[in-house]
Amino acid sequence: MQIIVNAEPHEVIGATLADALAELGYTSPAIATALNGEFVSRAKRIDQKLTEGDRVEVLSPMQGG
Amino acid sequence: MQLYGIEIASRLLLGTAQYPSPAVLNAAIRACGTEIITVSLRREAAAGSGAGFWQGLQESGCRILPNTAGCHSVQEAVTTAHMARELFDTPWIKLEVIGHSDSLQPDVFGLVEAARILCNEGFQVFPYTTEDLVVGEKLLEAGCELLMPWGAPIGSGQGLRNPDGLRAMRAHFPDVPLIVDAGIGRPSDAALAMELGMDAVLLNTAVAKAGDPVSMAAAMAQAIKAGRTGFRAEPMPRRDMAVPSTPVLGLAELT
Repeated sequence: MQIIVNAEPHEVIGATLADALAELGYTSPAIATALNGEFVSRAKRIDQKLTEGDRVEVLSPMQGG
Repeated sequence: MQLYGIEIASRLLLGTAQYPSPAVLNAAIRACGTEIITVSLRREAAAGSGAGFWQGLQESGCRILPNTAGCHSVQEAVTTAHMARELFDTPWIKLEVIGHSDSLQPDVFGLVEAARILCNEGFQVFPYTTEDLVVGEKLLEAGCELLMPWGAPIGSGQGLRNPDGLRAMRAHFPDVPLIVDAGIGRPSDAALAMELGMDAVLLNTAVAKAGDPVSMAAAMAQAIKAGRTGFRAEPMPRRDMAVPSTPVLGLAELT
């Protein structure tokens, strides 16, 4: 299925957010995720089902003011 | 100074963006003795781009104040706060809800709404606001225990555009920690903020974009200390006319 990750389209096989992240190489522990604008905690990624066209944001610490 | 029950000695809060290198950032942190540094969240490249930066911050020993910079809606800011809380393992959030992309002026209506949601969820909110007293009251009602009025637009280095507004805030909220956030350009701006009775100053660009960021970080810390001491020493009132400081009594007649 196709999902949008950080504004880029990706084809993934995994059915959950945790699977999709692993598949796309997001292995760093220092990431936080949101699905369609809602926060998904680390613990809930494994149960979070994905559907076609879902928008996923994967954020990490960055310099800020 | 106590911020959400935590005793903080340094009255300088430092942003971590726009430094020439991570080494200069770390040296600036040490030079000014800050205990609180601000950070952000941005899209991760699959290679683990944020992990190295995060590790460096942890080694600084500073408390982390994540921001919601760039958020223009309540939902964006609230979701970003949730992500920051998990990532940085802190209830602290510097809440920015931006109203204009050119002036980066806070959307105070969205700010109050987001603050209410986040405070109810147990966040300890540092709201980036204006000097408006009514907005300040609404933020306190929402559960904020401190206020962060702007000095001037973010990154502008204009100093304090409205010192009278900040003075009025100090008088209106005598027991609320007030931190000037944004607009500081020079050490004298930071000193003035402190002389007006602000409790602390949050700055970033003024240090990061100085010719010598490490020296500027030290200068800012000195200015903030001097301004604070000056405020506590109760400056004399201004006078319209000259008043001789040398006694007139006993002046010789030599004509």
